[in-house]
Amino acid sequence: MEFQITKNAKNLIYGLIGTGLVLTGIGLATGMGDDHFSTRLLTNGIINGFFFFSLGLGALFFLALSYATETGWYASVKRVIEGVAGFLPYGMAIFGLVLLTITFMHGAHIYIWMDPDMTDPTSHHYDKIIDGKSAYLNPIFFWIRTLVYFSVYLIFLRGFQKRSIEEDRIGGTELHFKNYRKGATFLVFFAVFSSTSAWDWLMSIDAHWFSTLFGWYTFAGMWCSTMVVLVMTTLYLKSLGHLEKVNDSHIHDLGKWTFATSFLWSYLFFSQFMLIWYANIGEEVTYYQMRIENFKVIYFSMFVINFAFPMLILMSRDAKRNIGVLISIGLVILCGHWLDVYIMVSGGSLGMHAHIGSLEIGMALLMAGIFIYTVLNNLTKVPLTPVNHPFLDESVHHEI
Amino acid sequence: MSDKVIYVMYDDDEVLKDGAKKLVSKGVKINEVFSPFPIHGIDPIIGVKQTRLGIMAFLYGLTGLTVATLGMRYFMVVDWPMNIGGKPNFSYLQNMLAFVPITFEFTVLCAAHGMAITYLLLNKTLPGMPAQNPDPRTTDDKFVMEIRLNENPSMSEGDLDAIIKETGFIEIDKKDIK
Repeated sequence: MEFQITKNAKNLIYGLIGTGLVLTGIGLATGMGDDHFSTRLLTNGIINGFFFFSLGLGALFFLALSYATETGWYASVKRVIEGVAGFLPYGMAIFGLVLLTITFMHGAHIYIWMDPDMTDPTSHHYDKIIDGKSAYLNPIFFWIRTLVYFSVYLIFLRGFQKRSIEEDRIGGTELHFKNYRKGATFLVFFAVFSSTSAWDWLMSIDAHWFSTLFGWYTFAGMWCSTMVVLVMTTLYLKSLGHLEKVNDSHIHDLGKWTFATSFLWSYLFFSQFMLIWYANIGEEVTYYQMRIENFKVIYFSMFVINFAFPMLILMSRDAKRNIGVLISIGLVILCGHWLDVYIMVSGGSLGMHAHIGSLEIGMALLMAGIFIYTVLNNLTKVPLTPVNHPFLDESVHHEI
Repeated sequence: MSDKVIYVMYDDDEVLKDGAKKLVSKGVKINEVFSPFPIHGIDPIIGVKQTRLGIMAFLYGLTGLTVATLGMRYFMVVDWPMNIGGKPNFSYLQNMLAFVPITFEFTVLCAAHGMAITYLLLNKTLPGMPAQNPDPRTTDDKFVMEIRLNENPSMSEGDLDAIIKETGFIEIDKKDIK
């Protein structure tokens, strides 16, 4: 409504999509015919499909969390969170399309458990471990679960969006308490789904390997990237003169969330890594052996980026209130978490054949362009500041 | 040096805040405000400097990090190499991962305790220290502003009284200190 996509933003979006298309085209032209090309293409589909989908999902989670905990300060940035969460249906469509293609290709060497030969005792590809897991890891149950996740997320997202606009019109606390209940209910679903969906979509790429921590690890990375996106979107809208009720303290709080979730992610990274390193069991170490052998430099630099950067730079109060620091650190962390997803996925699907070329970068830029366009477009459709949120007054006077 | 201190009592934090704004705008220096709970936004009004406790916490944390690293290297590698799960026990660096949890815990322990003790010490509120607030009612439902005469050399006591009278206080109390 009050916000329109500016000319600069349009140029950025077209630039990203254009560069993305060109690089993807180069990648397609040069890579076509390679042995692992289709696997590589679909691996990129999962990486970018999941990464950008997870940004929307993280925003939905944060919205539900704020409702369930009756948080006050976030009321004036609520529409930004909703705008980012609004990417969810588009993310689902893209990610779902990639998953569907992979299913029709019998796993495309990514989800090897989708290959019927793996569970056929007469085949010479027969894999006893995967056969043992086939009660859970089979295409039909996989799709049932995926559709359940998608539909639950979508139902809650629609509900929150609808009530948010309605609240502007009617006011009162009835809608607020409904949001409160729905937020808490969502968290119950999300507590289970965040783990199981990470197992289904990402962990099952390394079908022999498992880690109970994997779901939280993926979730922490997602949450951190989402907070970065929220900070940057808020700062962007603020720089255009919108969100006049957002002050330094809100920015500071969003920065704090970025800082805290970076730690959460590093903590879970380390917990998973150290336990497996210490126990040193053959079945478990394969995951890290594969990644350290083939991705040594990016794997550890990714950890340094996602841990040390936010720790050292975002620690001070002034840094969390400095727009330049927040934006530059945010971009770096965002790339770091993209690399994290990149290694999670291609470490299992391509292993030693994986490398970052123009296809990888091109597809990421393309998706980033679509993501930014969708989020900004969502923001043009609603008033940027809610008027009847019961905690709006508290949020306006937020001071830390 | 002798000095006179004025305690002005209010029964509402917003009234005190407005009063403080009025006093400061007329050039009065307010030395301290006593309140049963933190008053949002009072710090910039009376000119309290941003706390440097965070910097101290960082330094205490660094101390903890260093002590833990040196200590564990000495205990587990140099003095008596410990063989745990067959991990390399001749080198700190190769076995570093095993030491991370303890390093982390000790860093947090030092930062938290150092910060808490520094805070209590600076505020003179360590257990057993005499109370600093002028009136026990400031721990219940009253708010007191403290103004010192020799911090306001440009104003006489009468000038101050006249300005304070406009701020809606409920009680005023003066004390000579040596």
